Amino acid sequence: MTAAERPVPTPDAATAPYWSAALERRLVMPRCLDCSRYHFYPRTLCPHCGSTRLEWSACGGRGTVYSYTIVHRAPSPAFAADVPYVVAVVEIDEGPRLMTNVVGCAPDAVRIGMKVGVAFRQVTDDVTLPVFELLNES
Amino acid sequence: MSNPQAAIVGIGESRVGKVPDRSALQLQADAAQAALADAGLRMADIDGLLTTPVRVEHWNMPCGVVAHHLGIHPSYLATVDLAGASGAAMIHQAALAVASGQCSTVLCVAGQNLLSHGSRAKAVKSMAEGGSAHPQFEVPYGPLVPSLYALVAQRHMHEYGTTSEQLAEVAVTIRRHASLNPNAHKREPITVDDVLKSRMITSPLHVLDCALVSDGAAAAIVTSAARAHDLKRRPVHLLGQGYGLRHSHIGDTELTTTGAVDSGRDAFRTAGLKPSDVDVAQIYDCFTITVIIELEDLGFCKKGEGGHFVAGGRIGLGGELPITTHGGLLSACHPGLGGGFFHVLEAVRQLRGDAGERQVKDAEVALVHGNGGVISIHCTLILGKE
Repeated sequence: MTAAERPVPTPDAATAPYWSAALERRLVMPRCLDCSRYHFYPRTLCPHCGSTRLEWSACGGRGTVYSYTIVHRAPSPAFAADVPYVVAVVEIDEGPRLMTNVVGCAPDAVRIGMKVGVAFRQVTDDVTLPVFELLNES
Repeated sequence: MSNPQAAIVGIGESRVGKVPDRSALQLQADAAQAALADAGLRMADIDGLLTTPVRVEHWNMPCGVVAHHLGIHPSYLATVDLAGASGAAMIHQAALAVASGQCSTVLCVAGQNLLSHGSRAKAVKSMAEGGSAHPQFEVPYGPLVPSLYALVAQRHMHEYGTTSEQLAEVAVTIRRHASLNPNAHKREPITVDDVLKSRMITSPLHVLDCALVSDGAAAAIVTSAARAHDLKRRPVHLLGQGYGLRHSHIGDTELTTTGAVDSGRDAFRTAGLKPSDVDVAQIYDCFTITVIIELEDLGFCKKGEGGHFVAGGRIGLGGELPITTHGGLLSACHPGLGGGFFHVLEAVRQLRGDAGERQVKDAEVALVHGNGGVISIHCTLILGKE
């Protein structure tokens, strides 16, 4: 299967900074300049206080597995070679949760509550996805 | 109890399951004609039309496409899209249209040939990439639609100790109900062991924890409560309704409490009723976990007790709260976002006393719940005989 057949994000005006940072192996999220809270997915208004004074802010890249599933049946041929793989929701230390893959371990090693750290998976020349790995302290 | 303004006076279904000889439009026309015959009305009597998007084909303005196909020129029409909650929502939107005076008799129709338009694999891929998962932040990680609900199930198990056996109990009960429905897609009874031994799709959900992929369409006709009494069938009244939304995508949200809390609260408030007044509940069942969470959020049991609630025959025919008595999305018909409309039709049958072998004795009050997206958008209806 070629990487080209895999669904990849198409960055837009609202999300380009996230994907540009990921290409540079950095995790950033929108943060409100008024209430100081982070949110994800990116919005035009802070979902916590309604402010439009938002900036992209660096995240530490550490988090906790909030939920996970081991995918055994690929959604399309592009993922067929990857099964079984872990799709997870990770809560990062800054507060927001995001969907991701937990990689670099046996799928059945993952549990809710485990500590994870961000890693980066280059999918094409233009796209790198933030993924997560189990941290040793888990 | 509230003073109902609108009533359902006719219902109809197309053939369901695998229907390769009918297009999406033909399935909708079949359902519409069946509903008109049931109501004793003609197509020319219809002056309002509501439908939902069809995902298998691109229809520009679906309500216009359906109206043209049926040969009607309604004075009110709209396309309703609350994903899986569209079926329940159409009934309330129709009631609003009638109450406004813009039209008197609304045809609501939804369905498509999700199975036969392409292949089952094509349907799975198109649903996975079809918007339930965020196109930028979720789809690239490879979730199936069932994976999104598996994340919900795994978290519910973690927080409340819900088990795979309890999830399976939902699938077994709903299949038993489908076995009594001559127009259900899958009618062969299954056991808890069958569910647990069925293919693991995305842990903890097995293939028998997941909705079918079907062809089929459903239709209902809504008119004013006053006009309903002049028609041939005993009217079923809309007593109350509610809507709820907590998120669009599940990435950054709570996974074990949904907008059904809000839609259920408003539906009971507007109807002047409470959960213990409900005789039969047509609960949206895209996955087994959906049923457990909705029963909690609608107030039929406490948060975290849904797994226990569905065991021991409580949700089956003859139990304390029979649910999804036609066989639902798990066993009767899941043609995509019109699937939840079959739940409305079944509530009408139960309240008319027309449900045959699966009739709930003396059913006076029925609840219908629709869920769209990934536990995202909710619509609850309460229907009654008077």
